[in-house]
Amino acid sequence: MFDKEFLKENEENLKKWDKDADKFRAKKSRPRFITVSGEEVNELYTPADVDGAKFNEKIGYPGQFPYTRGVHHTMYRSRLWTMRQFSGMGTPKQTNERYHYLLKNGQTGLSVAFDLPTLMGYDSDHPRSLGEVGKCGVAVDSLADMEIIFDGINLGEVSTSMTINAPASVLLAMYLAVAEKQGVPFDKLRGTLQNDILKEYIAQKEWIYPPEPSIRLITDLMAFCTDNVPQWNTISISGYHIREAGSTAAQELAFTLADGFTYIEAAMKDGQDVDAFAPRLSFFFNAHQDFFEEIAKYRAARRIFARRMKEKYKAKNERSWLLRFHTQTAGCSLTAQQPENNIVRTAIEALSGVLGGTQSLHTNSMDETLALPSEKAVLIALRTQQIIAHETGVANTIDPLAGSYFVEAMTDKIEADAEKYLDEIEQRGGVVKCIEEGYLQREIAKAAYRYQKEIEKKERIIVGVNDYVMDDEEIDIPILRIDESVEREQTAFVRDIRAKRDNDKAKRTLEELQTAAKGNGNTLKAMLDCVRVYVTMGEICDALKPIFGEYIEPPVI
Amino acid sequence: MPDKIRILLAKPGLDGHDRGIKVIAAAFRDAGFEVIYSGLRQTPDMIVNAAIQEDVDAIGVSILSGAHMTLFPAILDLLKEKKADNIILFGGGIIPDDDIVALEKLGVNKLFTPGTTTEESIEYVKKAVGERKKDEKIM
Repeated sequence: MFDKEFLKENEENLKKWDKDADKFRAKKSRPRFITVSGEEVNELYTPADVDGAKFNEKIGYPGQFPYTRGVHHTMYRSRLWTMRQFSGMGTPKQTNERYHYLLKNGQTGLSVAFDLPTLMGYDSDHPRSLGEVGKCGVAVDSLADMEIIFDGINLGEVSTSMTINAPASVLLAMYLAVAEKQGVPFDKLRGTLQNDILKEYIAQKEWIYPPEPSIRLITDLMAFCTDNVPQWNTISISGYHIREAGSTAAQELAFTLADGFTYIEAAMKDGQDVDAFAPRLSFFFNAHQDFFEEIAKYRAARRIFARRMKEKYKAKNERSWLLRFHTQTAGCSLTAQQPENNIVRTAIEALSGVLGGTQSLHTNSMDETLALPSEKAVLIALRTQQIIAHETGVANTIDPLAGSYFVEAMTDKIEADAEKYLDEIEQRGGVVKCIEEGYLQREIAKAAYRYQKEIEKKERIIVGVNDYVMDDEEIDIPILRIDESVEREQTAFVRDIRAKRDNDKAKRTLEELQTAAKGNGNTLKAMLDCVRVYVTMGEICDALKPIFGEYIEPPVI
Repeated sequence: MPDKIRILLAKPGLDGHDRGIKVIAAAFRDAGFEVIYSGLRQTPDMIVNAAIQEDVDAIGVSILSGAHMTLFPAILDLLKEKKADNIILFGGGIIPDDDIVALEKLGVNKLFTPGTTTEESIEYVKKAVGERKKDEKIM
């Protein structure tokens, strides 16, 4: 990229600059110049920092191996990223209303947030659900709830992402059953299921069964979808939650990819053809506050994944090499103090996702440190994406930051750091082993603690929290509250469903599920039969507990 | 040499977000406390029993799920019932201001909001436990 003579000249010019700059270095605008992840950043990057000789190998072109510049040839010039706001609250009806509101205001994809009982496989009337129903997302107990959530929404015309993990197969089964009722054939359905249990053990901590049977549920689902729901993204291999738990950017990248490779190896071991299932694996990353570190992370992610898919897993289908991803702006970066400032944080984070080439984007609402998003707050979050798309010009060209000395250097660096972690994980025996030994969890906890200490020592300033503090501030934005009646309503509803359904059929389909689970039957197929006759999610999850066991985490500080 | 203050840190209910409580655990441990971490998915029963069994001076509870108005009162009731309500009960998470007022009125000793430094919470527990022990000596 740069000829030898130019680089020599550059070296001399750099030396001169360095000498002249020394006059000014006594003054420092802050104690340390580190990324959000704690990585030191140089004062200056120059052509010497770009591995120019390896342009084609490392940077190249969008839509071409190794995809550093983007997974598609024409990226946003042909189609903007999907504006997909993660959303769900209270009752299915309240959630349906919010979905209509978001679609009416220009959202281009749906994303379902479930409540904690649903995430953990409990029905709304389970004793463990007390006080939790509808608080963090929508309560779903049976197909009847899903029908209400998607009322008036044609599943053949919209793509839906569902953030659900331990009972993911059950929720997909319900989604398929809703599609059936709408008359939409499975091969027309588009969407994504998070379904990434490994990161649950590592970070989000929403599990039911131990790793091995959980991975079996996933490979069953992958096989079913390859044959029957070919446009569905079977897993959203996630780094978002790992980052939210406090990891660095390199850890987020490495641990996520390691999880992905674990699923790939499991499916291949199960006899599935990598080129059949890999094109429908997708990823999900955080967009944290360090603007350039995040952009570098996304670019490095595509490069590492493409190489491994081609060289290690010998995938022949080019679509198997593509790391397609959704991005969510960092919830953990938002403050409870002066919440309006969160609009700014979210906007900048979203911009980094766009400049990093994300396929789909969720922008957080300003009030999410206090409650689920109000209508006003989520509207601003959606408008943020629309303004980026239509007013800033950043989507006019593909991967605009390619060639930046800083960004290419950072991309190389984060790639190298992630590769070190990938090697370490492999040396230690793989992801499941690392989870059992607490290695990944401890790395994350260490990083989280270090970050907190940086804040308390004021090496890291968080506006409104440890500087620019307003002692007498009052919150004057609307705050959403989930009424206690939600729990009463949902509890009554699920009991009614159980009473009114054909209980012989319900019993039979559950038994057939257990038979499939004990043997080699496809568990998703069996669950579909269950949900059609209004077996509840809790009943399905409970039926599998005696067969699969229950996961108990050894608490590691 | 004063005895180490013993605290139980707990995550009640279904909430699995443990970044905060782990930071608190590390900070309190570094500050010289004896820290027992219960792990996730504890019922109020499990928490209170563990607190009594481990003979702790204080219980720190983290709730980000919105279930605080169910879980804190349940813990308070059990502490009273088992005559363990001399144990300092503090906590943090996502708890609206007016719920904080209500819960502190019910008997929760102190609730901290996002942005609280670990130092602040450490100083609070040292002071609260110290005062409680002084009161008990006098009584």
